[in-house]
Amino acid sequence: MKNKYSLFSLVKNAFSYHENWEKAWKDPEPKKEYDAVIVGGGGHGLATAYYLAKKHNIKNIAVVEKGWIGGGNTGRNTTIIRSNYLWDASAGLYDHALKIWENLSQELNYNVMFSQRGVMNLAHNLQDVRDLKRRTHANRLNGIDAVYLNTEQVKKFCPIINTSPDIRYPVLGGTLQKRAGTARHDAVAWGYARGADEMGVDIIQNCEVKGIKRSGDSVEGIETTRGFIKTKKIGVVAAGHSSVIANMAGLRLPLESKPLQALVSEPVKPIIDTVVMSNAVHAYVSQSDKGELVIGAGTDDYISYSQKGSHDIVEGTLNAILELYPIFSRMRMLRQWGGIVDICPDASPIISKTSIKGLYFNCGWGTGGFKATPGSGDLFAHTIANDEPHKLNAAFNINRFVSGDLVDEHGAAAVAH
Amino acid sequence: MFIINCPYCGEREQSEFKAGGEAHIIRPKQPTELSDDQWAEYLFMRKNIKGVQFERWVHTHGCRKWFNVVRDTSNDVIKAVYKMGEKPPTK
Repeated sequence: MKNKYSLFSLVKNAFSYHENWEKAWKDPEPKKEYDAVIVGGGGHGLATAYYLAKKHNIKNIAVVEKGWIGGGNTGRNTTIIRSNYLWDASAGLYDHALKIWENLSQELNYNVMFSQRGVMNLAHNLQDVRDLKRRTHANRLNGIDAVYLNTEQVKKFCPIINTSPDIRYPVLGGTLQKRAGTARHDAVAWGYARGADEMGVDIIQNCEVKGIKRSGDSVEGIETTRGFIKTKKIGVVAAGHSSVIANMAGLRLPLESKPLQALVSEPVKPIIDTVVMSNAVHAYVSQSDKGELVIGAGTDDYISYSQKGSHDIVEGTLNAILELYPIFSRMRMLRQWGGIVDICPDASPIISKTSIKGLYFNCGWGTGGFKATPGSGDLFAHTIANDEPHKLNAAFNINRFVSGDLVDEHGAAAVAH
Repeated sequence: MFIINCPYCGEREQSEFKAGGEAHIIRPKQPTELSDDQWAEYLFMRKNIKGVQFERWVHTHGCRKWFNVVRDTSNDVIKAVYKMGEKPPTK
């Protein structure tokens, strides 16, 4: 049993100069066999292992990660959490996640710094206005908090926005989800890792999957850089590298992996106390607790695994940011990076069984997977444990690309992909 | 960001071009005779290779012509460029 993090433990450890904190998770050697192996030690993978152990009583689990946990897209995203999606299936999925977020720090005994500071989506043309109003109505029918704001209300909620009518893309209105916000991305991975480790899950880092062994139509195990691991159930949560793993199993996925960039500025005093997203001009901005502006850009349109994008994408985003927030014109950017996102043709994820018995995929989150981390892990764990999807992820099966029953969130999701 | 050698215009910045995805996907001759599985395979399923990929590009802000590129998607190094209708290089 791990020691609980509390004010008492903080004070106690202060007396020993914080040198005796126990390790949050172990560094085990891989065993020969597991009941289930999760490929990918990001937030989604660790959450999957956590819920498999907690809710489905499968304890003999390994999470294999080729690098370090949370070092992929979990540590590279802009940490925005919201559930204001248009379609019923998506609303159900993302709001399930949002509800878990609201109590996650308590559940994990780990401060994920979930901050419900609200997310505002701006409208810049007449079609945006119509789309956002429609989405607001759809959200409210699904029990998701959403309000439509006119230009004055946008200005009142976030005073630094330039609402002048004569800019290139004037602000005509926006939507606001107050329950939405941000969280500390690393803490999510670490919190789930600590929780899973406590229940006996082996978190194996620096362990890259090199092959998937099959006998007939079922899986037998995985070949890794640290030897063969036998298992009957493999849950793949490899984000941008999902197709690479799928190819090892002789499976094809409807995914394209593309670079998505983000950047942060030098830290400044509090200036923006919410998250503002703008679909049409593709600029997102929020401020981290350290004071950095966190800015999200768009995806490049070519397939790449190089974790770096094109300069013109960043330039376009910053043009939009400067027009909307003239006050940022002298900010200097500190860091810029790229992550590889796996995008489905309908911009919705896949949380599904496959044609191979014992092989499950959780992928296709594209540009917006972070917000879904707890819900995704919970539903994927359900799918793996029962060999059947939960009703909330039934629509996100891989077979929808054959049946044509797509969950088309392209554009509708308040974000251009 | 990289430079693409357009077979019609020469070397230009990648931002002048638009990517068209995987190359050499042949449109089925009789779409009405395909099963749903075959249609999904043609329409949606992609190799999405990490490594050397054959792909299509169009010089949007230039000659507006389509052509093929062989590029390593793990580091964005371009190995070859060839015109539409030409056979892909084997080496």
